Amino acid sequence: MIGMRRIRAKRNGQFQIRLEPPERELLRGLPTQAGVLMDTERDDPSLLRLFPNAYPDDKSANADYKNLVGEELFRHHRQALDILAETADLTEIDEPQLHQWLGALEVLRLVLGTQLDVDESDRRPPAGDPQSPRYAVYHYLGGLQSEVIDALAATLPAQSARSSD
Amino acid sequence: MSPRQAQAAPVETAPVEAPVEAAPTREDLPEGGEEISPDQPWIVIVWNDPVNLMSYVTYVLQKLFGYNRTKATKLMLDVHNKGRAAVSSGPRERAEMDVLRLHEHGLWATLERSA
Repeated sequence: MIGMRRIRAKRNGQFQIRLEPPERELLRGLPTQAGVLMDTERDDPSLLRLFPNAYPDDKSANADYKNLVGEELFRHHRQALDILAETADLTEIDEPQLHQWLGALEVLRLVLGTQLDVDESDRRPPAGDPQSPRYAVYHYLGGLQSEVIDALAATLPAQSARSSD
Repeated sequence: MSPRQAQAAPVETAPVEAPVEAAPTREDLPEGGEEISPDQPWIVIVWNDPVNLMSYVTYVLQKLFGYNRTKATKLMLDVHNKGRAAVSSGPRERAEMDVLRLHEHGLWATLERSA
């Protein structure tokens, strides 16, 4: 499996990205679609998970929270999508860009997962079901995200054996 | 294009019973709660959800709060197994900032007064 890693830290601090052309096409296209959805259908139910409630039991406090941070949260998600789309064809990216990839993959999985109404059972539609391709994309994004996490987790400060718990 | 989760999918995601945007409730929280003093610490809760990978939740907790891997993993497993975990606490403004950072990372987080 080691040799098959798609995202690999290099000695110079950069990350090598090895993806097939169809994967790169997907990583250009999906963030663009999701960005358009965010720009034009801000209240689309599939975006709900991008803007969670902070105070679910207090409507007034929650409205204040959304007024205060809603735009910032929007820009944060939106920027990650833009950067993934812009850098999807690169074979080498830096750590801040890889963080944006992580964020964009997260946004895409939240949107797709909401649209597909995924649950913990990992049930998938039978082959031939019209939803199958979307499930495949959802799981593909999860696999890639998992590799991004592995690559970024290795950059976290080393924990000594005695570090407090 | 084959998904990595094909091998180990059931343990890869953090599940949840509640639907998207359902209001998590806490039975032991006093109704209204206004009688609690304003400087009472607030706690930040991360809720279980079916989308986020377990490794992602662990990574985010390490990254945002500086927890070591052992502590972040324990909190992630609490989220996964118990449905929620308190990941930080403090004055309201700081707790709200923590919630925002968790929301920026796609986690389902809320804040509430410490009981």
